[in-house]
Amino acid sequence: MQVSQVREPLINGEKSYENITADVMAPVRAKPGKLWFFGFGISALVMLGGFAAIAYTIWFGIGTWGVNRTIGWGWGITNFVWWVGIGHAGTFISAILLLFRQKWRTSINRAAEAMTIFAVMCAGLFPLIHMGRLPLGFFILPYPNTRELWVNFNSPLLWDVFAITAYLLVSLLFWYMGLIPDLGTIRDRMKTLWKKKVYNFLSFGWKGSARHWHRHESMSLVLAGLAAPLVLSVHTIVSFDFATSVIPGWHTTIFPPYFVSGAVFSGFAMVLTLMIVTRRALNLQEYITVGHVESMNKVIIATGSIVGIAYITELFMAWYSGVEYERYAFINRAMGPYAWAYWIMMTCNVISPQLLWIKKLRRNLTFTFILSIFINIGMWFERFVIVVTSLHRDYLPSSWSMYKPTWVEVAIFMGTFGLFFTLFFLFIRVFPVIALAEVKSVAKSSARKFIRKSSKNQKPEKE
Amino acid sequence: MRTIIYGHFTDDSDLLGAVKILQEKGIHIADVRTPFPVHGLDAVLKLRRSHLPKVAFIAGVIGAVLMFSFQYWVFTEGWPLIFGGKPYSSILSFIPGTFEITVLFAAFAMGIAFLVRSNLGPGSIPDILDEEVTNDHFQIILSAKDNTLSETELAEALEATGALDVKQVNTKK
Repeated sequence: MQVSQVREPLINGEKSYENITADVMAPVRAKPGKLWFFGFGISALVMLGGFAAIAYTIWFGIGTWGVNRTIGWGWGITNFVWWVGIGHAGTFISAILLLFRQKWRTSINRAAEAMTIFAVMCAGLFPLIHMGRLPLGFFILPYPNTRELWVNFNSPLLWDVFAITAYLLVSLLFWYMGLIPDLGTIRDRMKTLWKKKVYNFLSFGWKGSARHWHRHESMSLVLAGLAAPLVLSVHTIVSFDFATSVIPGWHTTIFPPYFVSGAVFSGFAMVLTLMIVTRRALNLQEYITVGHVESMNKVIIATGSIVGIAYITELFMAWYSGVEYERYAFINRAMGPYAWAYWIMMTCNVISPQLLWIKKLRRNLTFTFILSIFINIGMWFERFVIVVTSLHRDYLPSSWSMYKPTWVEVAIFMGTFGLFFTLFFLFIRVFPVIALAEVKSVAKSSARKFIRKSSKNQKPEKE
Repeated sequence: MRTIIYGHFTDDSDLLGAVKILQEKGIHIADVRTPFPVHGLDAVLKLRRSHLPKVAFIAGVIGAVLMFSFQYWVFTEGWPLIFGGKPYSSILSFIPGTFEITVLFAAFAMGIAFLVRSNLGPGSIPDILDEEVTNDHFQIILSAKDNTLSETELAEALEATGALDVKQVNTKK
């Protein structure tokens, strides 16, 4: 077994395989505490409030929103793009980092993937509500109908339907296949018969046979290979929604890579926000270490810098292309009535991640936590700037308009947070938050206990 | 009715060593069960490469062909419409949908094939001999039926490799 003497361990605190099982399973075994009920209760209430606001929208119509003839896409689409972006970190961690053989992914991939699924569910709500008639939502699917009419396969909006659906389903599959062995572990630790039965049902009768592991590994690798281009395609297609239109500020070829890196950027920020709290709450500091936080911060610097370059490239192209509409759109963004949103976006997304070049800050949990929230806000404003400022100055000055959300839109957005956290609170009680089997499989090379043991054995040979 | 002899190790490298020793003695190993995929175990057990990637490839090709030809049919035969002055069969705009369905088909076909091939699924009841296998036990299972040696000889051979808690059971399977 190759053991690095230089790299910091991924698992601290002298953990044996048995300790790993016990620690990771603790939240599933223990009775939920007051804090959990409090968090779950609040989330569920906010979620119900959001559902009420959705019902209100459906009942009274989209006129209850602040959108108007000029600015047809307001918070609804902003939130949709933002939530889809949040989802990207999970697949990035579990698929792309698996292909790159990054071992640190093992401690965070399970929770990040769960986050992906919940975020995509929140995202998917918005286009459905935005269409105004929820019961007719199935019109977006190509099905044989009495009108003998099909959907428009030339439209990026329809590609989005396919991309988001495929993404949700494949992420769910990938996540669940990874969960099967760990659910087997939980089943065998449960004492009550009905719990054993439930977990056996969920674990599909897993027994840890070498043949099954062999297939499982080969499947995981191919699934990662499939999910990697899929995750890149999803935000690419979301960006097509804008890029294929003829609105100045949207009609740019830089959008696909810019959106994808922005998505990974915001997704990692959300993973950090959640995991810094979760590791404390569930006592998993020895598995999700400061080293993990640092690695994620490095991804944030990389993707954040790409986003920064993309912003500046957009500005440059607006000037260099010589298209006066394009130029106006960007001058208006920076100095028009929505300049405040633009500068919030610039500060949060371009300047703040650059602070992470300093190692001390990168390894400081409080700083990282605050910064991750700044990035979440900044990335939300990026979508708001793209959607609203590009639309509010129409080609005809008589159509110029302003947009302000109503309480209904705010309540729906809050409601998706409620939905997201309700699902997350349930997840941490029912499933292991850390991929048990995967963490065990890297323990020999990356856990402090084993590294110390092997370095003792290795030293005499070296000298 | 067949007799099963099993024992376990608490470390994966001990398990690998024991598997090699048993194989050198010409003993056939019925199954090895571990809490996580042990690196190098598939090579020692000479497990054949899985066909799952092929399943994924074939299903992906089927998905791609179906989705592409469906879109082509819709726009040339089903209900031809001109969108934005593009030709009826605007192949480029069929690519995103085709890609998504390709991935969807490949992933799900492989997932289902994995479950079917491994006899796993909702409601499947496993024959668990030692519940600690999903925790920290690395278990070797020998079957008297597959080997020429008697049950006691097999148990002795397994114990000689350092296996703990060697036991015999009769199972119906």
